[in-house]
Amino acid sequence: MARSLKKGPYVAESLLEKIQELNKNREKKVIRTWTRRSMITPDFVGHTVAIHNGNKFIPIYITENMVGHKLGEFALTRTFRGHARSDKTSKRR
Amino acid sequence: MARIAGVDLPNEKRIEAALTYIFGIGFSSSRRILSATGVSPDTRVKNLTEEETARLRSEIENKYRVEGSLHTEIGMNIKRLMDIGAYRGIRHRRGLPVHGQRTHTNARTRKGPKKTSGTVKKKPRPGKK
Repeated sequence: MARSLKKGPYVAESLLEKIQELNKNREKKVIRTWTRRSMITPDFVGHTVAIHNGNKFIPIYITENMVGHKLGEFALTRTFRGHARSDKTSKRR
Repeated sequence: MARIAGVDLPNEKRIEAALTYIFGIGFSSSRRILSATGVSPDTRVKNLTEEETARLRSEIENKYRVEGSLHTEIGMNIKRLMDIGAYRGIRHRRGLPVHGQRTHTNARTRKGPKKTSGTVKKKPRPGKK
């Protein structure tokens, strides 16, 4: 179910503060963050955020299209590179 | 035969049902259109007057996104998800279910017909080790 509009978008306080600090000083720095549940607000556009995927920080450059999505949607938590070929098919090749 | 939004409506059906032949119009929007235009939902398509058809046509063309333009809108939404590299976009790209369904079994609608890999045990054939 969607979040109630009354509450407004959720952005972790600590992250929002850092972003606003960067905006105020017109700086561009990579911010590391663990709050995958934070929504991307228009403040974020143009910054690079390094989002934790449980293992590493994935640097993501935020564009205008991403506003309204959550940070976590852009840092995949799973590694899957396909299944191993079975013996028979690989022998036949 | 009434032709609305580039779709031929079946002659013998009630207009309420016939409107749902247009992509983007289901039963609820069909009823909404009929009450807005004041056409009885029980009229058969063949019994519609010219004037009623025209009213339906202008209502649908002005207030609803149907057929081609709806298809493009949906396509654009999916393309946006793919371009920004969101999880949902990646699922679309790979042709896997997008809404978190299991893929261990099932998910055949998205994945297409089963591709059996060589893991199926075969009877040992003579002449092959």
